[in-house]
Amino acid sequence: MSEAVTHAGARHAEAGHHEVGFIRHYVFSTDHKMIGKQFLTLGLFNLLIGGLLALLVRWEIAWPETPVPGFGWVPEPTMYEGVIPPETYNSFFTMHATIMIFFAVMPILVGCFGNFLIPLMIGTRDMAFPVLNMLSFWVGAVAGVIMLASFFVTGGAAAAGWTSYAPLSSVPVYSGVDWGQNLWCISLIVLGISSLMGSINYITTVINMRAPGLTWFRLPLTIWALFVTAVLLLLSLPVLTSGLGMLLFDRMAGTSFFLPSGGGEPLLWQHLFWFFGHPEVYILILPAMGIASDVLSVFARKPIFGYHAMAFSIIGIAFLSWVVWGHHMFQSGMNPALGTAFMISTMVIAVPSAIKTFNWLGTLWGGNIQLTVPMLNALAFVSMFVIGGLSGIYMASTPVDIFIHDTYYIVAHIHYVVFGGSIFGVFAGIYYWFPKMFGRMMNERLGKLHFWLSFVAFNCTFFPMHLIGVAGHMRRIYNPLQYEFLVPLQHWNRFMTISAIVLGFSQLILFFNFFWSMFAGERAPKNPWHANTLEWEAPSPPPHGNFPGPVPTVYRGPYEYSSPLVAEDYLPQARRLEPRAAGAN
Amino acid sequence: MLSWLPENVSSYGAEIDRLFYVIYYVTGATFFAVQITLLVFIFRYRHREGRRATYTHGNTALEIAWTIAPAILLVILAFVSRNVWADIKQRVPPSDVHVGVTGKQFNWEVAYPGLDGKLGTADDVTMDNDVHVPVGKVVRLTLSSRDVIHSFFVPNLRFKQDTLPGHNIAAWFKATKPGKYEIPCAELCGFGHSGMKGWLHVHTTEEYDAWVRENRAGPIGGGSGS
Repeated sequence: MSEAVTHAGARHAEAGHHEVGFIRHYVFSTDHKMIGKQFLTLGLFNLLIGGLLALLVRWEIAWPETPVPGFGWVPEPTMYEGVIPPETYNSFFTMHATIMIFFAVMPILVGCFGNFLIPLMIGTRDMAFPVLNMLSFWVGAVAGVIMLASFFVTGGAAAAGWTSYAPLSSVPVYSGVDWGQNLWCISLIVLGISSLMGSINYITTVINMRAPGLTWFRLPLTIWALFVTAVLLLLSLPVLTSGLGMLLFDRMAGTSFFLPSGGGEPLLWQHLFWFFGHPEVYILILPAMGIASDVLSVFARKPIFGYHAMAFSIIGIAFLSWVVWGHHMFQSGMNPALGTAFMISTMVIAVPSAIKTFNWLGTLWGGNIQLTVPMLNALAFVSMFVIGGLSGIYMASTPVDIFIHDTYYIVAHIHYVVFGGSIFGVFAGIYYWFPKMFGRMMNERLGKLHFWLSFVAFNCTFFPMHLIGVAGHMRRIYNPLQYEFLVPLQHWNRFMTISAIVLGFSQLILFFNFFWSMFAGERAPKNPWHANTLEWEAPSPPPHGNFPGPVPTVYRGPYEYSSPLVAEDYLPQARRLEPRAAGAN
Repeated sequence: MLSWLPENVSSYGAEIDRLFYVIYYVTGATFFAVQITLLVFIFRYRHREGRRATYTHGNTALEIAWTIAPAILLVILAFVSRNVWADIKQRVPPSDVHVGVTGKQFNWEVAYPGLDGKLGTADDVTMDNDVHVPVGKVVRLTLSSRDVIHSFFVPNLRFKQDTLPGHNIAAWFKATKPGKYEIPCAELCGFGHSGMKGWLHVHTTEEYDAWVRENRAGPIGGGSGS
């Protein structure tokens, strides 16, 4: 990198230091760090809403058609003196999944960590397009408002499942939901615009703005994962958007894309939805894999095992994620011969996931493992992701899927991947980067309490779902007691609901710790975890422009822990060693 | 986990269960191997002052081994599954008993051929939610839907197939034990989805003949057009 560019960067940093007003700083900010925090706030808020909906759904399954304590005030026809009617129940689980996936996990993993970390970890001062970045957040927030507004329209919110299979979703009389489903479509179309702006920004920034010396194979795996995730978003969202547009036309303009009586095809929706939907699953898990890789390496004080295999398996998963969507449709009436093809591609995609798991174990081997709160959550991520990955093999096998498709086994699987995986990854990321975000440390004791309660309650909530799924318990049913073969399983439903309530309330510890530490936590040093990557070269919290003075120059990969070249057990990417020592590297 | 499976009463259910067992043992072994290794590493390599972690970036031979091993295992699994799948979904055997099932919000409309022995003619006998079949015979199903997508699920038969408007999907089963088995709808189909269910009555041959006489349905061997 030439001297001139470095100087220009330094000038930008100084120029960026001018004071901005409250609105420009906290509301319409173009600073990637503030936008990251805005996404985090949006995501955490929706995590509460989505969690509350989950508890209402669980209540109904455990104690069907009995009043939910404390909900007697909800007006009819949403609830009847606290009793959830079937229409509302369908809305609640539809909106639980929609909100969790699109408005909680994606904003935190992709929106918050993507925005906050990419410029800091690649050593630049901001995103390539700061104004586009600001727009991305505010368009996303508008989408969120539209989605939440759908609870208040006549007929209630969307009730056709987060997958919104046509024709249930495309013909208003079939679901009894009118504007709720329209707003669902509109909100996700708007959110798609937000994600497109974000992903274009991430891709451009990573390709063009890496610090001097930061080659592709010196990138931290978090950045690899976020970059590949952005590519997946860019390519998959237009497919969802076109599907949503067709659905909206079917509902509002009298077309029949998905309706056979008008010459349409119901399976078309499923193909469009899952062509987006399967990459989407990896959009939710890849950033968490990246975060877990970084956290494991830092707290094992060891280089990541098989860095190249880790980076290539991220790319491999991303490629393969385009050819597995049919495994959601084995029993849909799609040609069974296609089922065989999709089974084989699905078995193949398990291989890069296996590689990652073994490499995480390899990273721990011979380490000097510090069980900090981020590390506990990253270890839980590995452990729970293994369960979610292995349970996926059952449904990949087409004949076994005949039985477990649409049962609670699937519900268990997705929650082991998205809660056990993505959300423990989110926890690990929040605890790990909080000091950098807010300049203060989170409380360790509360963090451990939150972790252990969440970990135990999570497993008590979701593991038994495998068992009742194997017993044939269908998903999305309002009252299991209507089925003779499910009556003997009901005590398990109650156990899971009680565990879910514990799990839900445990999250309040995280919220308390988060906001309390933001103001009253211990002041964080620049590099509290003794980590190597570039964000720890910036002050905590980093100023506008991130790095006072020139941006750092990178001399090595991100995982040089316990390197024999130095006395300490870490060797930051930006530390220049004497030429003699560097030559030995 | 295996003991949670409902009793199997179909000819191919045992094949599905066998695959389930194979996957259960393979994934179970992997599960324990990985989780125990994880716990052992966490304990054995826990932080101690003054100790230094091993400085290594990987081991190519090891990495190749743990890439190839799961790949081989998974491909074998796919090929074993493939045959069972084809037997169930792709090769519908010839059959004398033909039943039409059409999903509609929120019932199963069940149609039997009338005296002409053909389904889809004016003398079909239709009823809601009760499917009567003989034990030990191949039963051919034609599945469809009047409105939204439903899914015909008989846990005891290990049978599941979505029913779609605009499609007639051919499927089959052979029940091996007389009895009464629940048929829930497994695909969300609207506010009445929960509780949309029917009963599969598997009769002995004599019982079934009596039922056929009583309901003026087509005789066994009446040539259902299959």
